Amino acid sequence: MFHWNIIYSKETHFTWFSNFKVVAQDPTMRAALINSITLTTAVVLISTAFGLGLALLLDRKFRGRSIVRTLLITPFLITPVASALLWKHIIFNPLYGILDGFITQIYKAFGGNHVINADFVSNQPLVAIAIPMIWQWTPFMMLIILAGLQSQSPEILEAAAVDGAGTWQLFSKMTFPHLRQYIQLSIILGTIYIVQSMDFVFTITQGGPGTDSTIIPYQIYLTMFRKYEYGEAAAAGVIVVFITIALSTLALRFTKDILESDK
Amino acid sequence: MKQSKAKFLSKSGLTSLTWFISLAFFFPIFWILLISFRQEKDAGTFPPKWLATFSFDNYSSVFQKGASTFLLNSAIASIGSTVIVLILAYPAAYALSIKPIYKSKDVLTFFLSTKFLPPIAALLPLYLILQHLHVLDNIWALTVLYVSMNLPLSVWMLRSFLKEIPPELVEAAALDGASTRTILYKVLAPISLPGLASTALICFIFSWNEFLLAINVTGFHAATAPVYLVGFVTAEGLFFAHLAAVSIVVSLPVVIAGWTAQDKLVRGLSLGAVK
Repeated sequence: MFHWNIIYSKETHFTWFSNFKVVAQDPTMRAALINSITLTTAVVLISTAFGLGLALLLDRKFRGRSIVRTLLITPFLITPVASALLWKHIIFNPLYGILDGFITQIYKAFGGNHVINADFVSNQPLVAIAIPMIWQWTPFMMLIILAGLQSQSPEILEAAAVDGAGTWQLFSKMTFPHLRQYIQLSIILGTIYIVQSMDFVFTITQGGPGTDSTIIPYQIYLTMFRKYEYGEAAAAGVIVVFITIALSTLALRFTKDILESDK
Repeated sequence: MKQSKAKFLSKSGLTSLTWFISLAFFFPIFWILLISFRQEKDAGTFPPKWLATFSFDNYSSVFQKGASTFLLNSAIASIGSTVIVLILAYPAAYALSIKPIYKSKDVLTFFLSTKFLPPIAALLPLYLILQHLHVLDNIWALTVLYVSMNLPLSVWMLRSFLKEIPPELVEAAALDGASTRTILYKVLAPISLPGLASTALICFIFSWNEFLLAINVTGFHAATAPVYLVGFVTAEGLFFAHLAAVSIVVSLPVVIAGWTAQDKLVRGLSLGAVK
């Protein structure tokens, strides 16, 4: 609630709610909010879907299962900044990246002859951020859902199978209801972690081009350390806290069972 | 007979599918690993030169160009904060599980709620406090921040481990006249060692990979490995092979920690809720 820009630090004074007004009316903040919602929703839903699929595939006994699991969780462990840099430069780079290289090869295979040098990061900034994020978060979702699958008692499933339940029936009537709370938990935890992270935006697009891929955390960061509008940044921070409180109260209501199951 | 053959086929089909997906998932990492051993001129080619000369030059130059300072900073902040977190979280978890204190559920909810606070909202106040204390760009200040970041998670996680210990054990020890301290460090600690170890690994992973706080409260002296990585690209221009090598060096400690802790990874990530 202060007018506080450290470049003009002598002019710091109390301004009531004007910072909140500035933040609320700022078109960049609005773009950032929309991008944040789009990006988080897309990443969470797609990686949960992939994670569910992978968890179902991994919930069987087969040769090399532990190796497969180790390979699959590795993307989640790579330092996010490192993986963002690698996707940006080594995969998406228009001149040397393997994505364009790969597409060019496919064209060649069909007799085409031109080299593809599409700048994926500038053309589709949000997609270019979402893909590495999905790659990183799918293992997380997979691990939680897999833990859910393995906590099912095999005896009950066997009994149901003996009683003549088909594979699909087993899945939709027994496995899925059991998994539901795990899927909810993975969605909620994923949302909390993903909505807060700005590593990928910071590294891959810096919010650009223009404001096409900026997100709330990154925008607050800019207000703070590029515009030096401390008052505005604080106001935006307070708004974020209120939104988070609302969301997490909702989230806690959903996950209460699972968090309290061991009490 | 026919049915079992079909079953076998669909089984091996699913297995190959699983293998294929996991290899596809791992491919970017494999590719980067490959590039990191290449000379710069062979790194950016497609189709790849599979047989290009292998060299360790990129790795040796990672350390020549001074990455060691930043790796050391990361090590101080992550290991330091992990140790402090464990020292603080272990008794707290005890007080919240085995001998629940009055209103322990509220304490737990409070711990959990701090995990919901987006760090970006806390960033400005933290920055200003550090500025007033003249500890910006100080690795120990960052360590303290990481302690506060990982403490709630560790309390929850350790608590879920301690819950599995039969309370009779503690009661028996108490009957034999053991003090709380003896119970904590002589009786329970050896049993909960696996729990402590996996909590430590989770804390380590989170603080090593942390970026938002690191980039804002450190400048040059206390910059951690991820901060170095971001600056690296602008400072050096584009050097694929070198970038690949640096990224691998920076990620390696966490990848190893994660592989070691993979059975307990879920538990840490879900605050001890999922076993």
